[in-house]
Amino acid sequence: MTTDALPGARPAPAGRAPAGATGAGLLPAGAPLLELRAINKSFGSVRALTDIDLVITAGEVTALVGDNGAGKSTLIKAIAGISPPDSGEMLWRGKPVHVSHPKDASALGIATVYQDLALCDNLDIVQNLYLGRERLHLRTLDETTMELGAKRALADLSVVTVRSIRQLVASLSGGQRQAVAVAKAVMGNAELVILDEPTAALGVSQTRQVLDLIKRLADKGIAVIVISHNLRDVFEVANRIAVLYLGRLAGVAPAAEFDTQTAVEMITTGTRGARPDTKVAADGEKDA
Amino acid sequence: MSKTVRPLETAAALDAGEVPAGAPAETLGQYAHGWWTQVRSGQSGILPVLGGLVLLVVIFQLLNSNFLTPANLTNLMTQGAPYVILGFAEVFVLLLGEIDLSIGYVAGIAATVTLQLAAYPNPTPWWLAVLAGLAAAAALGFVQGLLITKLGLPSFVVTLAGLLGFEGVMLYLLNNNAASSGGTVSITNNILSDIVNGNLSNIVGWVVMAACVALAGLFFWSRDQRRRRAGLSATPAGLTLLKIVAMGVAGIVIVVICNTDRGRGAPFSGVPWVVPITLVILVGWTFLLSRTRYGRYVYAIGGNAEAARRAGINLARIRTSAFVLSGLTAGAAGIVYASELGSVSTSVDGGTLVLDAVAAAVIGGTSLFGGRGKMLHALIGGVIIAAIANGMGLLGVSAPAQYMITALVLLAAVVVDALSRRGSTATR
Repeated sequence: MTTDALPGARPAPAGRAPAGATGAGLLPAGAPLLELRAINKSFGSVRALTDIDLVITAGEVTALVGDNGAGKSTLIKAIAGISPPDSGEMLWRGKPVHVSHPKDASALGIATVYQDLALCDNLDIVQNLYLGRERLHLRTLDETTMELGAKRALADLSVVTVRSIRQLVASLSGGQRQAVAVAKAVMGNAELVILDEPTAALGVSQTRQVLDLIKRLADKGIAVIVISHNLRDVFEVANRIAVLYLGRLAGVAPAAEFDTQTAVEMITTGTRGARPDTKVAADGEKDA
Repeated sequence: MSKTVRPLETAAALDAGEVPAGAPAETLGQYAHGWWTQVRSGQSGILPVLGGLVLLVVIFQLLNSNFLTPANLTNLMTQGAPYVILGFAEVFVLLLGEIDLSIGYVAGIAATVTLQLAAYPNPTPWWLAVLAGLAAAAALGFVQGLLITKLGLPSFVVTLAGLLGFEGVMLYLLNNNAASSGGTVSITNNILSDIVNGNLSNIVGWVVMAACVALAGLFFWSRDQRRRRAGLSATPAGLTLLKIVAMGVAGIVIVVICNTDRGRGAPFSGVPWVVPITLVILVGWTFLLSRTRYGRYVYAIGGNAEAARRAGINLARIRTSAFVLSGLTAGAAGIVYASELGSVSTSVDGGTLVLDAVAAAVIGGTSLFGGRGKMLHALIGGVIIAAIANGMGLLGVSAPAQYMITALVLLAAVVVDALSRRGSTATR
């Protein structure tokens, strides 16, 4: 029956390459993809970011955590070109780059999925995925090519829960909408995907879908930055955790070196606590 | 959690009857089930509206047996055409979530320009006059579109100013250039008059109808075949056949009705010119909206303007051009209207015209909130409005009652729209 339902491990169909030809030219996992050096940003007299040094590596999930006003959003806006930093250096694949506009970021391969997802409810999944980059045949929309490409893009991410690729986005669940938004971002050959609060306002099973999706992105060799308030989610997906505190990088370390207690202390005080051996179960902390 | 949220494993295990909303199905039975799911989730399509139209027709026929006579039905087509085409004009802006209140008088100005240019003593060729009228209408749409997009003014206010101002312009043109005839410009050109009052010969009517159905059938069929070849699911072949047969039957019925002699004394029959003209506009604009990048962007902006902007779509250009297309189409409606009346005069009521146009689009199923709708909706809605006016005219219902009944039909359509929107968000 529903041949449109997406088989998870279906081999990509042959034919013209869709926009989502990810996997070509990605850096090997663990190689530094983006290096931030001494990034500073002020809004008037307020220093929003102070000397941020951060390395984002391919194939890893970096969680950006911090309290409200710690500078998480300012940092990703700087990376995404929405509000460029005042000073500092950005190295992309080891070369200095200037990202002063969102177009510069997407040209490099940086894709950002904001909380509002920016999907059109009245369009179907294929139409949303190709919005702004429609494939044409004889100056009319080439629906066949786009549908095949969209199928492939979702299969690439193993998004198996949508039943029809031609259903309206309005009829999707929160997790499915997030998946479509991520697929849309990745289809532009993204090497770095920034997700802003991807699990906020999602139920348990929806959150699970999105976390699995994030892991798959990293498995494919894409670098992922996740902003989240939910430490349980962070510990589940992140390879590394970067803690921001009042505009400074309070610490960055592999996720294994953190536990909930130390993470909470760093988020709230900016310093690692005096009792690093106190382990607390990693669940139970939410919206720290 | 809604039914549509189910992992593949479960989906594959579902029995064939449970096709989800929007999922294509391979058999007619599955399709019917899928359609019912869609109706429940708020995407009811046009069938309920068509049902309403059939109901109206049955009621009018029961109350007055003259309703379903060939002469009256042909009348109904020519009366409905201006509403339908004006409804097409309104669909462009409604899809963006905007509204255009000025198109009634834009139509009036287009008709005035065309008729005055084609009038004696120095008649311009009819086609040049039509082009000038259409160009004037498009220009008015362009100016309003610029005000709305460049200055960020609400379309309601800008086009309300248009409604008032363009009535003034139309009256000025008529009073200054046709003062001797009391502000009325009559049609002196045979071709302009024939748009509504001329008929295809019986043979040509059959040939045109057969060609249209054959072309449309070929198009649907080849589209399905292309999808199947690409390994994508397509509409069940039985349903496509059913659609083609339905189109054929509708075409035959229309031609049979129009080709019946409706002359009083002298033989008089044939499909009015305005029927194929309306169909050409319908097909052209439907193609633009559903098969081109431009149309896709119109829907995207109506659905989520911010998402469209982030996708790199030039919002101002699409919005402005939609107002231009709206004006252009309104111009065509105005010329058709003048052809039906045989003249254009200071008594043209653009205010009522535009409200009927909005009502036609909305009754047909186009949403006032943007992003949802089709040209076809204006066709069906326009026919419904014309049928109400025509039927109640036959019954001798007073004008006040006609207005009130039209209002009730419009309200019913908007209620259905609102309820279906509620249904569609509930599935999220």
